[in-house]
Amino acid sequence: MVSRTTDDYEAMVYAGCAAVCEPAFWAGFDRSGVEGFRDYFCQLTDYEPKRAAKFGLPHFCWLCINPKESEDTVLAEEVIAIIPEFLDRPTVLGIGEIGLNKNTRNELRILERHIDLAARNGQLVLVHTPHLEDKFKGTRLILDALKADGRIAPGRVIIDHCEEHTIGMVLDAGYWAGITLYPESKTTPARAVDMYEVYGLQNIWLNSACDWGRSDPLSIPKTALEMRRRGHSEATIDQLVYQNPVRFMSQSPRFTLGA
Amino acid sequence: MNRQQVLDLYFMDARSKLIDIAAFLDRVERAEGEADFRLDALRKALELVGSGEGDKARRVLLSLSDPTTDPIAKAFGKGACGAWPGPPKE
Repeated sequence: MVSRTTDDYEAMVYAGCAAVCEPAFWAGFDRSGVEGFRDYFCQLTDYEPKRAAKFGLPHFCWLCINPKESEDTVLAEEVIAIIPEFLDRPTVLGIGEIGLNKNTRNELRILERHIDLAARNGQLVLVHTPHLEDKFKGTRLILDALKADGRIAPGRVIIDHCEEHTIGMVLDAGYWAGITLYPESKTTPARAVDMYEVYGLQNIWLNSACDWGRSDPLSIPKTALEMRRRGHSEATIDQLVYQNPVRFMSQSPRFTLGA
Repeated sequence: MNRQQVLDLYFMDARSKLIDIAAFLDRVERAEGEADFRLDALRKALELVGSGEGDKARRVLLSLSDPTTDPIAKAFGKGACGAWPGPPKE
């Protein structure tokens, strides 16, 4: 949300969104040093919750160096070293979105370092899976890395951006499967509902992207509308778009929607 | 939903997307110069769409995916192009 205007927060509230959780993300350009990340983490944990609060929207976040910047392992190690300074802040849910981008050895090494950081600090984990032709291979490598470490219970990890060729392996391994809705890439509302109809409600979390590219902060309400068009009950819609993410995030003591 | 309801809800959308693909292929074929691996990948994926077998979305996605299992030594750029070009040339 850091690259969006307040109009988006207002629209989300009007559409019934109850909270927003924002992963640490690539800025669209590589940051020049660790202090750029320190500023970014301050923005995610301090300024952005205040900005969202003006519209009555609770704001939570995840911290990491995104895999798009983890090819530079020296910088990545420096960033990982400062993350513990922020983990006790009241709106931090865990480590994310970590993962892989082009499935390189360096990215894999930094993924393992993030998994270690999360395990040592008892954090929830949000994992980004690669784009397009790299997603299938990357998802398999990520599952292997999590299994090899073995310290984090699968139920405390969400593997995000699942599509039809990866969601089965993620759910079979016991992890939460995130389905990300995008206007151009990843998944449309219709395909997201297809995946729910095939794989069921358990441990599936829908999310929208609100970044600096073409993305739609209202894609979750639009998916709820898609479910209504197909005749799904309000209780089912509520479980998929609201109760499931609340159930996952409530594993963090910092997650609360207030009274 | 039964099949009739699915058709009622989604046929026009699917028809529109199908014609978009057909028009895209016409556009590519009208253009001069060489194509690359992406066009072959798309044609192979379209064969899967036209087959009588189920699970089409998953099989199309797999046909466009890198099937290898080892991490690569180095990335040349951050982006993905939507189809796997095959193993690096020696």
